[in-house]
Amino acid sequence: MFTRRRGFIGGASAAAVLTVSSPAVRAQRKADEGVTDKEIKLGHFCPYSGPGSAYGVIGKGLEAFWKSVNEAGGINGRTVRFVTRDDGANPAKSVEVTRELVEQEKVFCTFNTLGTPSNTAIHKYLNQKKIPQLYVATGASKWGNPKEFPWTMGFQPDYHTEGKIYAHHILANVKEPRIAVLMQNDDYGKDYWGGFKEGLGKNVDKVVKHVSYEQTDPTVDSQVIQLKASDANVFFNITTPKFAAQAIRAMANIGWKPAHYLNNISVSVAAVMKPAGLENGQGIITAQYLKDPTDKQWADDAEMKLWRAWISKWMPDANQADLNYVYAFAVANLMKETLTKCGDELTRANLMRQAASFQKLRLPGLLPGITVNTSATDFYPLQAVQLSRFKGDSWDLFGDVMSAESS
Amino acid sequence: MASASKKWVLGIVVLAFVVPLLQPVLPDVVSDYRLFLVSTMIIASIAVLGLNLLTGFNGQFSLGHGAFYAVGAYTAAVLMDQLNVPYWATIPAAAIVCFIVGYLFGLPALKLEGHYLALATFALALAVPQILKYKWLEGLTGGVQGIVLMKPEVPFGLPLTEDQWLYYFCLIVMVVLFWAAANMLNSRSGRAMMAIRDQYMAADTMGIDTALYKTVTFGISAAYTGIAGALSASAIAFVAPDSFNIFLSIKFLIGLVVGGIGSLTGSVIGGIFYVLVDNSAQALSQFVKNDLGLPFDLSAYTVFGVLLIAIIYLMPMGIAGGVAMAWRKMRSAR
Repeated sequence: MFTRRRGFIGGASAAAVLTVSSPAVRAQRKADEGVTDKEIKLGHFCPYSGPGSAYGVIGKGLEAFWKSVNEAGGINGRTVRFVTRDDGANPAKSVEVTRELVEQEKVFCTFNTLGTPSNTAIHKYLNQKKIPQLYVATGASKWGNPKEFPWTMGFQPDYHTEGKIYAHHILANVKEPRIAVLMQNDDYGKDYWGGFKEGLGKNVDKVVKHVSYEQTDPTVDSQVIQLKASDANVFFNITTPKFAAQAIRAMANIGWKPAHYLNNISVSVAAVMKPAGLENGQGIITAQYLKDPTDKQWADDAEMKLWRAWISKWMPDANQADLNYVYAFAVANLMKETLTKCGDELTRANLMRQAASFQKLRLPGLLPGITVNTSATDFYPLQAVQLSRFKGDSWDLFGDVMSAESS
Repeated sequence: MASASKKWVLGIVVLAFVVPLLQPVLPDVVSDYRLFLVSTMIIASIAVLGLNLLTGFNGQFSLGHGAFYAVGAYTAAVLMDQLNVPYWATIPAAAIVCFIVGYLFGLPALKLEGHYLALATFALALAVPQILKYKWLEGLTGGVQGIVLMKPEVPFGLPLTEDQWLYYFCLIVMVVLFWAAANMLNSRSGRAMMAIRDQYMAADTMGIDTALYKTVTFGISAAYTGIAGALSASAIAFVAPDSFNIFLSIKFLIGLVVGGIGSLTGSVIGGIFYVLVDNSAQALSQFVKNDLGLPFDLSAYTVFGVLLIAIIYLMPMGIAGGVAMAWRKMRSAR
């Protein structure tokens, strides 16, 4: 991590060396700023401090990943220098650190920067500067818009698509559905809700009750009581982990037992299902795209063994029940693939071209049958999920892998 | 003595105007990013000055100036986004809106003293991000998504980059505001403000309308901080409720205490400190871990906290007070 030292000892001299050496590099091979013969520089931020700091583990996972890549010889002979910053999930700060990454550190691209508001704040800036904003860590649907923002690409299945899939499943499997919806009142909640409504189509009147809560509310108990009073037989639960656990418990307490659909971001067994009481969560349906490390069916899975070996070696103190480390491993592998595919033409334009030309690429940690597919017009790398039902103390996959098109 | 310090101030201001012109000579030192960083320091200085007028010169406490900063930023953003008002015109607009909000908040604040006032302002700072997300206001504020703005364009075909122009714009606003504050504090009104701070009852007895002065000071203080918010909206080119969390208010307070309470120079130092330390704390903690090889995984906030304690311990009057005292000691030793 020489990057940090440079900030202290004569950053200017190091920058001067970098600018002097790059024309020479360009003469031999094609490479943009942020790439030399020896290294590729990636920029990243996520909240290591403040209210969102639970996501800081993703940044730590990514850092460990690049260390392991460099140890194994790097990418086509170049090491990866991963420059990560703390933005405290504050968009104003995200702009500041992104400008530092681009203008001072002169990174090749940004990678997996976290948070919807934070990425919104730098969206326009990076596209104006033509710096790739790759595989952002947010599920909002706006990242796949190559016409207006050709330098930005998402990663995970977007909330909109997932909402749509639940709607299709409800219409196909529940007789005379009367649907109740609980939603967090922000962009993430609205993205799910928008997709869900689109999936219902003309059956949108089947939603008999829709209530929301604020992230700052202490509990959602009163909302759950309101929903029960609507006499609904289906419940779509758009909540973050803490509130998901509360809702599941409150439902058991007041004896409301609808068909329960829970959004993917709250499927952690350790953070949601256990606190809610395992017996209260039986039969809940959700959609997944990653292999849960607590799921016993992956105990002998080759990919998960690879992941376990990696995390045991490079992050011996990490909590191996945390799904976020599987996420970090998968998305970092995608970045590694993309850089490898660029070969010796490490230009930003080529990076975007390579990122937009994956066909059926497997990443370790993805569920069987789910692959990365992109094209010049499709900037959504992952769009498939598989439904699973909570049974005993883990999630039980069922049905086929579904994407928005096929569902 | 007064003329000597005036010369100093003039010299620094001239220097601040000349430095960006060195960009062609020293492109790596005077980079656009550094100018942007200095602009954010200027903005923070103005915000800290606003808080200083209230706390340092009038003796009223506020833990919620982030709220006025947010109101200023959103006033500017909504005007630019909805009504296509040019960015420079949003500055007076934000000042007026924040003055009114601050004045109105100052009315009930009259009944609250000391830590009760601090708590009331704290509540304000907590409430504002929530209010911005409120569904009736969503059409204006963009809710959680915030508002994406354009960066200020360089006017009159000046041969400047966007960041250079932004720097000059912030600098001009800052000079005007500090000049106004210095004049106000040197006037009858300024003396009345400080009299209220030093001896509330004596000031009242001497015929100072304490209620009026306190509320108006609250308004002016809010207006200053609101202007800083409006500038930040232009500089960052994006506003969202998450940018105005409670930490923002706390950071203004830290800037105030570290810079120097009741000192104009202290406000500038406070603004610089707040940006600089916020930025280098992470680098410092990484430096300790990776380069010195010490087995501590310190978070940036730990480093920030340790630095803060050290400064308060060594310079209880803030950096401005500490430097002034050291200067005096040196002179008397001679």
